[in-house]
Amino acid sequence: MSSSSAFIRGDGTLLAVSWDTALLSASLSCTVLFHHGKRGTEIEPDFIVGSILPRCASCEKLIPYQFLPANMRTARTLFEKIWDDHLVAQPDGRSPILYIDLHLVHEVTSPQAFDGLRAAGRKVRQPLRTVATVDHNVPTEPRGTPITDLIAANQIAALQRNCKEFGIRLFDMDSAEQGIVHVIGPELGLTQPGMTIVCGDSHTSTHGAFGSLAFGIGTSEVEHVLATQCLVQQKPKTMKIEVRGRLAEGVTAKDLALGIIGQIGTDGATGHVIEYAGPAVRALSMEGRMTLCNMSIEAGARAGMVAPDETTIAYVLGRRYAPIGDEWDQAVDCWRNLPSDEGAIFDKVVEIDAAQLCPFVTWGTNPGMVAPVTGRVPETKSMQDSDRRAAELALQYMALEPGKRIEEIGIDRVFIGSCTNSRIEDLRAAARVAKGHRVNSNVRAMVVPGSQAIKRAAEQEGLHRIFQEAGFEWRESGCSMCLGMNPDILQPGERCASTSNRNFEGRQGRGGRTHLVSPMMAAAAAIAGHFTDIRNWEFH
Amino acid sequence: MKPFTVHRGRVAPLDRVNVDTDQIIPKQFLKRIEKTGFGQFVFYDWRFGADGKKNPDFILHEPRYEGASILVAGKNFGCGSSREHAVWALADFGFRAVISSSFADIFANNSTKNGFLTVKLTDAEVATVVRRAQEIDDYELTIDLEQSEVQDDQGFRASFPVDPFVRHCLLNGLDDIGLTLQHEAEIAVFEAQHPVSEALRTA
Repeated sequence: MSSSSAFIRGDGTLLAVSWDTALLSASLSCTVLFHHGKRGTEIEPDFIVGSILPRCASCEKLIPYQFLPANMRTARTLFEKIWDDHLVAQPDGRSPILYIDLHLVHEVTSPQAFDGLRAAGRKVRQPLRTVATVDHNVPTEPRGTPITDLIAANQIAALQRNCKEFGIRLFDMDSAEQGIVHVIGPELGLTQPGMTIVCGDSHTSTHGAFGSLAFGIGTSEVEHVLATQCLVQQKPKTMKIEVRGRLAEGVTAKDLALGIIGQIGTDGATGHVIEYAGPAVRALSMEGRMTLCNMSIEAGARAGMVAPDETTIAYVLGRRYAPIGDEWDQAVDCWRNLPSDEGAIFDKVVEIDAAQLCPFVTWGTNPGMVAPVTGRVPETKSMQDSDRRAAELALQYMALEPGKRIEEIGIDRVFIGSCTNSRIEDLRAAARVAKGHRVNSNVRAMVVPGSQAIKRAAEQEGLHRIFQEAGFEWRESGCSMCLGMNPDILQPGERCASTSNRNFEGRQGRGGRTHLVSPMMAAAAAIAGHFTDIRNWEFH
Repeated sequence: MKPFTVHRGRVAPLDRVNVDTDQIIPKQFLKRIEKTGFGQFVFYDWRFGADGKKNPDFILHEPRYEGASILVAGKNFGCGSSREHAVWALADFGFRAVISSSFADIFANNSTKNGFLTVKLTDAEVATVVRRAQEIDDYELTIDLEQSEVQDDQGFRASFPVDPFVRHCLLNGLDDIGLTLQHEAEIAVFEAQHPVSEALRTA
């Protein structure tokens, strides 16, 4: 039998197609697939996931996409729905042109883009869809303290001039809404389900928590979006990460993210858009989902997404730029249709058991180098060639020996902040740990809220007092020591427990040694002076 | 954009995996508002000690790799931050291309906008190039974008994948903003169907 023949029922539905010499048959529901033996049999729905393509329910062989029944091929993922909805043009022989709903801008990756516009005599096509803030360079000392770094000050001034010249809304240093761009977008209701969102920053993946397609771009693409409100994009592949079960007490969205990256590697999702699904993801708050999606880029993903649900809708409702009146009702109707259709096909599926996760600590110089807090720095001998070399270089930089217990690693600094973990829920969790304790005398610890709004909210709840009484510094909002573009940096050799997203060499300051952890784990490390398992913590 | 057609040049081996953009161009150099002059800062923390003195052991400071215009490195090159400064720094330093077995998406995208080529070969092919660059004096490669092929004078030859549209733009040095603006009518239709929300217009 040729591989292209198909059996069509009288009503037009697909009954079976051949695949090589065997027969692929599908039940009417098309949720169970057989490629041999059971031609036309009606079977209970039982779709097998766990691979690039569905497998034959009988012999477990992969079934090629083109041989899937038509109604399975048209089932679309969340990503595909948003992608299709934003296609402006698909010119012959060229990559598709995608419309961008929201373009977030900050001071570091935009000045050359605005220069490009000026040089070409172009305008910003959609100033209302473009929103700017300053975050990377801003000092976290009390506002009004002069910026002593003149090059940084110049970059901030350039953004102020550019926003004025091109008519762009700017949440400036002195604004009550200033904050990390990936914190204020959601906070102001700018970030909404179903949108395409870009920013000249890799952690734009954060916004995918709302069921939007959000990804980081370079400065040339920033210029492209400013000029055209569009991007030329090759269509990424899709990956579903299904997290079964529930996260245990003390195991947070950050640990889930680190656990995933530890499993699939820092290039495990390159070329893919991840959709996080499963009960453990559904149970996360919006803050938790943002933490999870934020770290997608650390697995190499183009973007990370969570399908919108009631949690999402409740978060967006009433925020400043959220839809209002009839627009709200229409928007919610659209959002409810966004989740991936049953039977939608992902290019890759990864399954994670939440019960297997624990609080994690990174030991090396990329976010995939993780160990359970109860574990040890790994032995490098058993590793594969290039991994072993990378691990040896990492341990040399981190000044750690294989076999050392993670809980015995002492620290000098603690940073609670960044677009990964600086939201109100993060600060509440850290404050709960800090309450009634004192920061270890060998440790300098700082808390940097993600935005001015979070800072105000935390102060209303009295969190700042808990931190200050425990000996933490309570600072102004910004990216701060996540990347150390402002004065908040590690000194050479200092070791830091950080709630940020990257432990690359020198990331937080030349010669600095970064260990990535959750906010609770960071607060506990500040008090103990070394890493400690939060599950055994004595809360006051 | 400077077109990329055929390039022949000396190869420098950076035998590390996961070379992130924080290493390619450390953050303290991202505060400049120009696009030029970043070459002096490329791989800064590896090239220079904390005292600002040249690290003679770093590969790019070995005399035999001086003037190299092709870098070959381990998998997942350019991971991390989206900073296009990484591409600007490599290009300004004198590189025209990087060879690796995989590239981070944003870095690869940024490269195409700057006439800079990311050449993706298999792990075994990358290992061959690294070894030859280490063992053979004045080792050179020719990268032919039209043919999507690299070859040396010692008989090594490999092809690499490249999106046809990206190749077209690189070969001709095209500005893709101009190309997108040719679709003005379609963009306008899309915008008419998707107006800016009331909240963005008024709040």
